[in-house]
Amino acid sequence: MTLHSVTVPKWGLSMEDGLLVHWYVEPGARVGAGDPLIDIETPKITNTLEAVDAGIVRRILGNTGDTLPCGQLIAVIDDAEASDEEIEAFVAQSVAEIAAQQQNSTVARIEPQLVEVGDERMRYLAMGEGGVPVLFLHGFGGDLNNWMFNQPALSDGRHTIALDMLGHGGSSKAVADGSSASLARASLAAMDALNLGKVHLVGHSLGGAVAMEIAASAPARVASLTLICSAGLGSEISRDYIEGFLGAKRRRDLQKVLELLFADKALVTADMAEDVLKVKRLDGAEEALRKIAQANFPDCIQHEGTRETLASLTVPLLTIWGREDAIIPAGHAAKLPGRVEILEVAGHMPHLEKAAHVNALLVEHFAAASQS
Amino acid sequence: MPKKSYRQAINEALRQEMRRDPRVVLIGEDVAGGHGGSGEIDAYGGVLGVTKGLITEFGADRVIDTPITESGFIGMAAGAAATGLRPIVDLMFVDFLGVCFDQIFNQAAKFRYMFGGNARTPLVVRAMVGAGFRAAAQHSQMLDSMFTHVPGLKVVMPSNAYDAKGLLIQAIREDDPVIFLEHKTLYDTEADVPDDAYTIPFGEADIVRDGDDLTVVAFSAMVPRCKAVAEKLAKEGISIEVIDPRTTSPLDEATILESVERTGRLVVVNEDTPRCSMATDIAALVAEKRFYNLRAPIRRVTAPHTPVPFSPVLEDLYVPSTERIEAAIRASLGDPARIAAQ
Repeated sequence: MTLHSVTVPKWGLSMEDGLLVHWYVEPGARVGAGDPLIDIETPKITNTLEAVDAGIVRRILGNTGDTLPCGQLIAVIDDAEASDEEIEAFVAQSVAEIAAQQQNSTVARIEPQLVEVGDERMRYLAMGEGGVPVLFLHGFGGDLNNWMFNQPALSDGRHTIALDMLGHGGSSKAVADGSSASLARASLAAMDALNLGKVHLVGHSLGGAVAMEIAASAPARVASLTLICSAGLGSEISRDYIEGFLGAKRRRDLQKVLELLFADKALVTADMAEDVLKVKRLDGAEEALRKIAQANFPDCIQHEGTRETLASLTVPLLTIWGREDAIIPAGHAAKLPGRVEILEVAGHMPHLEKAAHVNALLVEHFAAASQS
Repeated sequence: MPKKSYRQAINEALRQEMRRDPRVVLIGEDVAGGHGGSGEIDAYGGVLGVTKGLITEFGADRVIDTPITESGFIGMAAGAAATGLRPIVDLMFVDFLGVCFDQIFNQAAKFRYMFGGNARTPLVVRAMVGAGFRAAAQHSQMLDSMFTHVPGLKVVMPSNAYDAKGLLIQAIREDDPVIFLEHKTLYDTEADVPDDAYTIPFGEADIVRDGDDLTVVAFSAMVPRCKAVAEKLAKEGISIEVIDPRTTSPLDEATILESVERTGRLVVVNEDTPRCSMATDIAALVAEKRFYNLRAPIRRVTAPHTPVPFSPVLEDLYVPSTERIEAAIRASLGDPARIAAQ
């Protein structure tokens, strides 16, 4: 018999508590790994928490409408037939352990850090230890927070780094010529500075094009490559998005632009848009983004030189795309080498919208890559 | 993002702009905090510790401690601004405005206009506003409407630490005189504030909370109060839009008008006295331009037309409370039961 606790997750740096919106299960329900358990809302986004362990839901400890702190026990899953006494003892023990952890001030809050790379400064978030490290590269206008549903899930027994590329997030705004090649050089330099030897490289959108540049220029540093809705594989890219994103100065305008990223527009909250706006307001940020846009998609047409680069790579490749991607069409995944997964009811951010599915694909891909 | 207080955010904005631009200087009573006193320099950083550490980093040439002569040092700053520096002058309590009316209203505010657009006056006047400190009638006023009334001045009232830093950096980079009003009761409030420099444009309201049933326009320390009321009412299914204009001059009229078009109801909340105030100004704006969208009379929640009382009990009654704000909202929503319950 094994009992598993389900707790309020911590999605993103600023999340302190979550609102329980909707339970998909009742006590007594049988769930498989990956089944939806509950929708949890944070000011930034609403996400579905999925079961990690298969079994029977024996206890539900949080009601719809409750706002509970990250780490609080909200359900117990039983993969055999524990007695009620055993369940009660488990609940009591879990609650005590979580309370002790929360009181223990040595459990440091995970914060992003800065690393000097040449004359520039790059921000990154490190989580987990062990194994071949995973390096996440966000897309145009994004930052390390874009991986908030993926990095915590993948950092169990694995060293993971989410990097802010130059011109983005908390990194320096000097972007040289702004090309994916120069962003790749800086990202490689950050890998050196952080003593990351060989990594599983995961790139989203512009970060995908950058990841391909890294894999082409330093193949020995790349254990596997994952491209999510990647740039660099075809000429089309949404003008409405690129120009809208660069031009939006106000939260509501930006919110409308960000809705283009998702199949489910309701996922874009006021707080999410406000956070992006805060990054755009930093000195030099808008100029850097304009330079990057000009270098990679002048007049909103992509350079697509990297498709040939990709054909020459021998590194294990996984490509993930959202069927409803309105920024870069999913058709760009056609005729790519390696494994290709097109996710339904997902737009340009499948790693946020279908996080559990993407996480499972990544885990499989990393495992297969280490066997090959 | 790191959490910082309103006080820290303002200090960081001053420090970063002084590092970026050698023309930026700080002038005022006690900005050096103890300089010229018993010998300990940088002991306090001003009466509420906002300028702490600046004299140590930038020295007495750029952090200029002055005698108690507002008319002298505000005039000096206006002249310095007109001739190439970018002074930030600390009036301390806004209530001291009276002794330097001419320097601000008749000199700094007029240079650009009277010299045919050829003069620049990159001057920032910082001042503390607001009641709640038991500081009595001469140290507790808002007076924001007095500055807003004068063409040629830009007037800023940050309601939180994030806005305070971005608006102050914007103010320092402006080529016109800016009045920057810091509410005393906000200095210890915290928000996520980026370490790097950033600017928030003037004339762009912050929609603090989206809503459909009623529009609240609030300023300075009234913003967090109105937000709390809106959150409370949201639990009853009442959807309040809270707008913080952030700057009263320029004023983001479009955001206010667009909101009232949708909601048809307006409550304006300001701590200033009501006559010729921002509350009255916005009420007039909406009455004139969106009268046919209104479904209820516009309501204003303000201080009464009296000096700020010294009695703590009366001072608490003077400042618009969450109860008064809530009552005005409920009255505007027109539920008879709710009105009866007041």
